[in-house]
Amino acid sequence: MAIRSFLLFLLCFYSSLSPVLSLYEDQVGLMDWHQQYIGKVKQAVFSTQKTGRRRVIVSTEENVIASLDLRHGEIFWRHLFGSNDAIDGIDIGLGKYVITLSSGGSILRSWNLPDGQMVWESFLQGPKHSKSFLLVPTNMKIEKDNAIVVFSNGGLHAVSCIDGEVLWKKDFEAESFEVQKVINPPGSDLIYVVGFAASSQFEMYQINARNGELLKHESATFSSGFLREVSLVSSDTIVALDSTGSILLTISFQNGEISFQQTPISNLYEEFSGPAVIIPSSVPGIFAIKTNAVTIFIRVIGEGKLEVVEKTNHEIAVSDALPISEGQQAFALIQNAGSEIHLAVKLAHDWDTNLLKESIKMDQQRGLVHKVFINNYIRTDRSHGFRVLIVMEDHSLLLLQQGLIVWSREDGLASIIDVTTSELPLERDGVSVAKVEHSLFEWLKGHMLKLKGTLMLASPEDVAAIQSMRLKSSEKSKMTRDHNGFRKLLIVLTRARKLFALHTGDGRIVWSHLLRSLHKSEACLSPIGLNLYQWQVPHHHAMDENPSVLVISRCGPSSDAPGVLSFVDTYTGKELSSVSLSHDVAQVIPLPYTDSTEQRLHLLIDSDKHAHLYPKTSEALNIFKHEFSNIYWYSVEGHNGIIKGHVLKCKCTGDMAKDFCFDTRELWSVVFPSDSEKIIATVTRKLNEVVHTQAKVIADQDVMYKYISKNLLFVATVAPKGSGEVGSVTPEESWLAAYLIDTVTGRILHRVTHHGAQGPVHAVFSENWVVYHYFNLRAHRYEMSVIEIYDQSRADNKDVWKLVLGKHNLTSPISLFSRPEVITKSQSYFFTHSVKAIAVTSTAKGITSKQLLIGTIGDQVLALDKRFLDPRRSVNPTQAEKEEGMIPLTDSLPIIPQSYVTHALRVECLRGILTVPAKLESTTLVFAHGVDLFFTQLAPSRTYDSLTEDFNYALLLITIVALVAAIFVTWRLSERKELQDKWR
Amino acid sequence: MDTIKVVAAIILTIYLFPFLSFGFQSDELLVDDEEFGLEGAPQPRFPEPTSTRSAPVTTATRKRHSDLDSDSKIEFSLDHAFGDSDFSPAGTFSARIKTWSHGGQTLTKLRFSRNNFTNEEQKKFKNLLESDDFYRIRLPSNVLSPPGRDFIISSVKARCLPREGLDEHFVIHMEGVNVLAVNYGSPGSCSYPRNLKLPVKWSFSSYTVLKNSEQAPRAPIFTEEILGGENGGGEVVQPPERSFWAKYWMYLIPLGLIITNAITQAMNMPEEQATGQVPASAGMVQRGPSSAARRR
Repeated sequence: MAIRSFLLFLLCFYSSLSPVLSLYEDQVGLMDWHQQYIGKVKQAVFSTQKTGRRRVIVSTEENVIASLDLRHGEIFWRHLFGSNDAIDGIDIGLGKYVITLSSGGSILRSWNLPDGQMVWESFLQGPKHSKSFLLVPTNMKIEKDNAIVVFSNGGLHAVSCIDGEVLWKKDFEAESFEVQKVINPPGSDLIYVVGFAASSQFEMYQINARNGELLKHESATFSSGFLREVSLVSSDTIVALDSTGSILLTISFQNGEISFQQTPISNLYEEFSGPAVIIPSSVPGIFAIKTNAVTIFIRVIGEGKLEVVEKTNHEIAVSDALPISEGQQAFALIQNAGSEIHLAVKLAHDWDTNLLKESIKMDQQRGLVHKVFINNYIRTDRSHGFRVLIVMEDHSLLLLQQGLIVWSREDGLASIIDVTTSELPLERDGVSVAKVEHSLFEWLKGHMLKLKGTLMLASPEDVAAIQSMRLKSSEKSKMTRDHNGFRKLLIVLTRARKLFALHTGDGRIVWSHLLRSLHKSEACLSPIGLNLYQWQVPHHHAMDENPSVLVISRCGPSSDAPGVLSFVDTYTGKELSSVSLSHDVAQVIPLPYTDSTEQRLHLLIDSDKHAHLYPKTSEALNIFKHEFSNIYWYSVEGHNGIIKGHVLKCKCTGDMAKDFCFDTRELWSVVFPSDSEKIIATVTRKLNEVVHTQAKVIADQDVMYKYISKNLLFVATVAPKGSGEVGSVTPEESWLAAYLIDTVTGRILHRVTHHGAQGPVHAVFSENWVVYHYFNLRAHRYEMSVIEIYDQSRADNKDVWKLVLGKHNLTSPISLFSRPEVITKSQSYFFTHSVKAIAVTSTAKGITSKQLLIGTIGDQVLALDKRFLDPRRSVNPTQAEKEEGMIPLTDSLPIIPQSYVTHALRVECLRGILTVPAKLESTTLVFAHGVDLFFTQLAPSRTYDSLTEDFNYALLLITIVALVAAIFVTWRLSERKELQDKWR
Repeated sequence: MDTIKVVAAIILTIYLFPFLSFGFQSDELLVDDEEFGLEGAPQPRFPEPTSTRSAPVTTATRKRHSDLDSDSKIEFSLDHAFGDSDFSPAGTFSARIKTWSHGGQTLTKLRFSRNNFTNEEQKKFKNLLESDDFYRIRLPSNVLSPPGRDFIISSVKARCLPREGLDEHFVIHMEGVNVLAVNYGSPGSCSYPRNLKLPVKWSFSSYTVLKNSEQAPRAPIFTEEILGGENGGGEVVQPPERSFWAKYWMYLIPLGLIITNAITQAMNMPEEQATGQVPASAGMVQRGPSSAARRR
């Protein structure tokens, strides 16, 4: 009995230890989450036909076209175009095809509306590059074909809607002709192409839509020229501004006759000063201009007469016109007013009456309304109802109907610039105990269910209950720090200058914050978020101080625009403070020192090579002065191929003379010959990487010492000719050189050339090795190489006696000014995929073996054991090497389908992979971001330090109870037997 | 372990042999760098490819003799600076340019002659030593048309240089006739914290090494293995064959336990029967001792 239960226990123990190389189907979603986004919407088209009525088709700035559910905002289908295939226009043809024009107007595609399958694709060539327009007339038939009119690449094309065949084509050869509008008046067979030529000439072409024949060509000159934006107010009138931006021009081309009508804006609006701009719209009879902060709506009353209908100081957004009934067109107008937005739907010809007027409370963190798209529906009482889709400043997408936000999508998360992590608050005492008691019964019940599952007694309902219980475990989405360090906050900076905090447990948004300091203002015209750094990570004061992050941004696209720093609390999302800098930010160096409040010292380098210390406190200055002579930094000038090393010199001289500003001095330089080498990749080790041991025990009980300097820089250069696309050069003309450079002294520690290799190079640096990926032109394959660097100066410390007697140099400080004694080992392997990003797993203590995380071209993340990229692999490893775990040499790296960490999912447009150590040594957290987000936990050497989450504690408990009972019973039996023996 | 040591020693002797045979005065510089020599083998501390006691130099300007087409001589100067001071000439490198048949040019036979410190320079250097500041050197980035695009700068803490005299070590990384980088420093280690130590002799002993880029090893290609691997379903990692014991120990141990248990029980049974029978015959007489024996 006892033996049997012991065996049962053994069996149960071993089953729980069975290797977990990949996920089982029912484990998907337990520790990982995946979110799909589309990006900032550029254009939205509502489907009007019966079945498609519940859908909206959108194109976005991330080059996605997607079909969204109008009721819930979910994605029906979605396609991602490449980064060089930007979408210029979308429309719906024949009610069932989505037509997209992309790549600067050269690719026209048609997609099936219900399921998103591609129907046809055609390429439109033309003589020159130009603006492109897509026009899908509702009932224009050319030989029974419904036609699409496309103006692109300097030519007008009519394309069949059914099969994408070009029906006719008309080229506009005129050199300087710039098209502004392509117009097809409803119900007519004419197409008007209007635009400007030579800055002061207005041109109008009238074309027969049936065969592309040029019917009429008129041009007229306006002496003072035009601004480029125009607004279409009717099918034969457009409004433009003259080149000074102060005179409105109404240009009408009725019957092919061009006539100008000039109206100075000051006639309409007395306080007018400074240039105005036209807000592009196409509402019949109405247009809007913006001057300073005032937006003016102007009505066109026949014969070019203009009349101001409304002036407003609020930021506004206007939709295009939507035909609602015969001859009537409606449009939506949204005004931003503080915490509310005012939505008005008006008829185009009747400004004063509102079809709809609503005020909607809007979250301040969404910013202003940028775009509006209007759609109508028939209400239950047969009147017209309207719903609008709005795009906000933070790139989110919202649907408004009946004065409510029906749904919202946080599509700002599709364009992440930088990611960092933050710990969650510690659990306070007195909260958890009661909860545990309360859920004790639940806990038992859950384990009984699990037990049933293990013993295969569970009914299908029970199985479903078990699965949902596992997925919804409240444990993983708690807002407190956990023992294993699995729960964290991912702090994410998006292109819309918004910060998000995502919970690693389930990916929900904990808080979001549109950076106040980065609002457009006089001083800062076009702010751009750049980087995130951990500013304050409290350990000693973790109970009463919140961690904060530093957001670095700059005003304007040029690199010498002044920088802005903002400090944001990571628990609440509040912006603690912000500083507008007087200098620009070329480089940010987080120093390994913290002050008494555990704020990390940061050194900001500007483009004049001055170093500025933050935080600007005397305490920080004292700490900094103490380490002053030990701070070295380097700069990479990629454009002219120079890498320079610098050291701090003294306080700034001249007008910059301040306490926290320091001059620097150039210490070393590496100049790559411009005719043979061009820098394409530089990689360093992660600052926070932990290396467990410097020694590496190899076969035969021998020891090698890793060269683990934090100041190593990997540089990859290619021949300037070979820096283009793969295939643009012959193998003889192309080479790739890899360097390991010490950034303190500028020594080149290792230098190797790969002939016949070409970029792009993706590399990752960790501990004492670097792995890089490139294309081998000779073998026509991608290759990955590994370089490992070992310290020879410590190689003598192998003798045990030396260690015992202390005659070793392991504890002596290392100076990088000593001549390095290093050896390197390297090896190359073929790799099937091209790569979008490479990262490496990182764990808390660095004991666990490493895996490379490779973002493949298929937008998946592949985990590859570092052991495969060991330079010491040989064809026939010796017995000792086999025991060490060395894999016999192969020429290519294996791609094991089970080792995709994204399993069946794709992280569309993968841009970056972040790995964060959990507190549990075996586990690392992985966050991959692109248009989609994906998060999971990885255990590169399996979870050797914890039981798996589906470990059955109840079974263990029962086994122990049974064992104890068995002991008692057998004891009793033996007692009795002995007694009987005695009485015999 | 021992065999490796022996092999290493042999390699070492073979390795050092050329130096011994040519003697120290040799100015021949092998183009291939000696520093990294044979991978894995312990290297001599000082390869000493070129050791030139500083000799006075008359001119620091570049001269070029074009009497040889494929092998012409050039000179380029080394400048130095003390801390933040301006650069001034410090010595001259001379070398031969070898033109290869495929058009490439490389430098060979590099020699270096160092100017002696003037009194003023000595004073400046002493100041550097006292303030633990940087001694900086620079080279042109192109030896044919100096300074090329920019100067190559390298620095070292001045306190790293003094030993007996002043010891310096140059590793010049070349790409054709372009200087990519120069690693400058003391030939040995520079311990930290750096102590102030004045040199006994104010003369330089310089070691110079020219380095060109190494070729990367090509990725191994095994065609047969690929085919074999494909037949095997792409399985690359084959777990090492384990012994019978390693595979089935978890079954064997309980089995063994059960068997031993059964055997002891089987042994006990006849014994019990036997002991049970003996007292049955002589039980009346010796009851006490027999039960005591059984309980033993």
